Amino acid sequence: MKLTLRVWRQKNSTTPGKLVEYQANDISPDMSFLEMLDVVNEELIKRGEEKIAFDHDCREGICGSCGMVINGRAHGPLAATTTCQLHMRSFKDGDTITIEPWRAAPFRIIKDLVVDRSGFDRIIQAGGYISVSTGGAPDGNAIPIPKEDAEKAMDAAQCIGCGACVAACKNASAMLFVAAKVSHLSLLPQGKVEQDHRVLNMVNKMDAEGFGNCTNIGSCEAVCPKEITLDNIARMNRLYMRALLSDS
Amino acid sequence: MEISLESKIPTGSVAMKWSKYREQMRLVNPANKRKFEIIVVGSGLAGASAAATLAELGYQIKCFCFQDSPRRAHSIAAQGGINAAKNYRNDGDSVYRLFYDTIKGGDFRSREANVYRLAEVSVNIIDQCVAQGVPFAREYGGLLDNRSFGGAQVSRTFYARGQTGQQLLLGAYQALSRQIYAGTVKMYPRTEMLDLVIIDGQARGIITRDLVNGKIEAHSANAVVLATGGYSPVYYLSTNAIGCNVTATFRAFKKGALFANPCYTQIHPTCIPQSGEHQSKLTLMSESLRNDGRVWVPRKPGDIRHPNKIPESGRDYYLERIYPSYGNLAPRDLASRAAKNVCDEGRGVGPGGRGVYLDFAGSIERFGKDKIEERYGNLFEMYERITGENSYSQPMRIYPAPHYTMGGLWVDYELMSNIPGLFVIGEANFSDHGANRLGASALMQGLADGYFILPQTIGGYFATQRNGRYPSDYPEFKKAEEEVRDRISNLLAIKGRRTVTDFHRELGKLMWDKVGMARSEKSLKQALDRIPEIRREFWENVSITGDAGDLNPTLEHALRLADFLEFAELLAIDALWREESCGGHFREEYQTEDGEALRNDRNFALVAAWEYRGIDQFPVLHKEPLIYEEVKMTQRSYK
Repeated sequence: MKLTLRVWRQKNSTTPGKLVEYQANDISPDMSFLEMLDVVNEELIKRGEEKIAFDHDCREGICGSCGMVINGRAHGPLAATTTCQLHMRSFKDGDTITIEPWRAAPFRIIKDLVVDRSGFDRIIQAGGYISVSTGGAPDGNAIPIPKEDAEKAMDAAQCIGCGACVAACKNASAMLFVAAKVSHLSLLPQGKVEQDHRVLNMVNKMDAEGFGNCTNIGSCEAVCPKEITLDNIARMNRLYMRALLSDS
Repeated sequence: MEISLESKIPTGSVAMKWSKYREQMRLVNPANKRKFEIIVVGSGLAGASAAATLAELGYQIKCFCFQDSPRRAHSIAAQGGINAAKNYRNDGDSVYRLFYDTIKGGDFRSREANVYRLAEVSVNIIDQCVAQGVPFAREYGGLLDNRSFGGAQVSRTFYARGQTGQQLLLGAYQALSRQIYAGTVKMYPRTEMLDLVIIDGQARGIITRDLVNGKIEAHSANAVVLATGGYSPVYYLSTNAIGCNVTATFRAFKKGALFANPCYTQIHPTCIPQSGEHQSKLTLMSESLRNDGRVWVPRKPGDIRHPNKIPESGRDYYLERIYPSYGNLAPRDLASRAAKNVCDEGRGVGPGGRGVYLDFAGSIERFGKDKIEERYGNLFEMYERITGENSYSQPMRIYPAPHYTMGGLWVDYELMSNIPGLFVIGEANFSDHGANRLGASALMQGLADGYFILPQTIGGYFATQRNGRYPSDYPEFKKAEEEVRDRISNLLAIKGRRTVTDFHRELGKLMWDKVGMARSEKSLKQALDRIPEIRREFWENVSITGDAGDLNPTLEHALRLADFLEFAELLAIDALWREESCGGHFREEYQTEDGEALRNDRNFALVAAWEYRGIDQFPVLHKEPLIYEEVKMTQRSYK
């Protein structure tokens, strides 16, 4: 396959960036999208140019490192698929592909397609956990948990923190990310103890980090590679309201 | 420096050693703990759990990871599960049995006392993780579910769909986040350790590079903990994340830490076969698939019929045939070599004939598609995304790939290396898995070290320390910083013609062909001739574009590869020295008539710990004998 790429190049966070056109030749349909970029990068280095920087690590769809907007869609055309798991058989010979970083004010661009997602870490630090220290935990089977609840908690816990939800949202809202963690923990009896406190702290932190509000469009759900659903946002809103009322 | 290989194993029966150790260990007064600062390098299961737990105890922690967030360490990719001797199934499991299975699975090359302790604390890990909210799979009655896993005859593996590593890591990450919020841990993401600093024979800190702005910095502490994982990417193609590297442990090796058993590498039997030259990594399909899948190849070489068109009589279920009692659940090394053998016979399937079938048709018929989907749905999806094939309607193709490395820095019972103050945990150390690791035991070991063992043993070291910290502008720190800067500017100055990836591919292919699944004196000597040549060419002809003062992934890769190019030689030297076959180390000269690994307990029941003597110098070998007080060494048989 031969492709034309239009890639966002930006030296660092203080230098303005622009789209630059590259030709990608000899691309096999069995390559992953990132392997296609590897091929382009090898050519760039041979020409003495800097390679296109992008975050990536496990390349099997679980670490959440990779993420780019491909032809206007976070993680590209396939549903429930991270960029690293997208393969070139999803494109046609001669296609032009536009590749941009996540664009959201709270995600500062560090270089090319690499953005700073540390705001997500700070939201988790504000309360995305159950406060148990090591040692002294009761037996793992001491608290039976209905299978259905455990499965729902697992559905929410699958979030990989890639940031596609924020990139897709016109408000740059992080509601789906935050709701996934709030839901995961609140669906389990262990997590109920701190749930009021948790949801208030996490939502406040999300606002302080500059993420926008949710206007129920659902773009986040559409691009989520782990299929985290909007019900989680509804659940978080209920928990938040409840916590506000019980707090006052 | 005089090297002592004192393993510090407590006396007494193996079952009582850890209790006895804890009763007698020296403690640090709670008020004094905050005076001790600990550097933890790596934020995977071992690093994150250690950093969180040490901080909970009151120590001051600095934690470093090269990823943009500690949540992304490669532990996250572990799929199958975590072992624990809970015996919830009532199927005869016990601490002793998990201990014995681990020793036997490791082909009698691990340290008995460490392994017993690992089996003992395994039960605490599950309790801890459940309390943190890890959503393990459950049964309808609400209790925890288990499954059996490669190499085990009991069901002791706990799991969270096919994402157990992810859920355990997020549990540890959340515990770590809680401490970061509390101010007891300072987290340094996108920061890579490039050297270890030793002052007066003790580990006193590290030199790091900020990957965003290139800043080189010295960090001083009372102790340094390396939790930096394994070295599988020495083979270039492996199931490891792209960033996994040997730099932290190899730099410690160059500063005097002993590297133990580097030749013990594990090749995982169930990975998606390579599809072409462009391949950047290989993807693991969880070994748990072997619970419900049957492995086969066509009976006749060159049978290119579609798998569904090959009748039962034309299939060879070779694992069931060779290992009737374990069948498809035979340990990883046996399953991997058996796959290589049938492919060498010309019976392999898929591109290049390097693949075997893993067939679910029987299980789908027995349990229904829904049940199989519930168990492995995400794995089947992943397989389809990569290969474009649907495994509900035709068998998967799998082939072995480098996956885990049992070798690592030598540590004593307290998980301290031979350098006082340098601790090594998780995959980065050598002690628990011997020559071969059992499935679902990596997560167990990482968390055992991080949550339950290191936080106890490190106190004993501090209790003997009176010295305060050295300032980070102390001459040794300045000198190490300068060395790191020089290394970087030397690399950037080469301005050659070959890319870093090109060199890495060449090294990887050499290692896979000559130091891979099967090794011989001849192949190892060929590797040892060639590695220094590749290394020399790398330092003359590598091309690194971009600056040192910005995010520069090419430079990061070059720094890591430079260390792999030296480390590869150590791995081959160890493999050549070990004139026996055991676990993941298979020497063609040493095999039974059936082609099984043939150990030589008389000469090699010992840990080979290598000491660095300079580049192009032969390392010095130190031996720690492995003394089995509890277990009788037997020839491993899974027939």
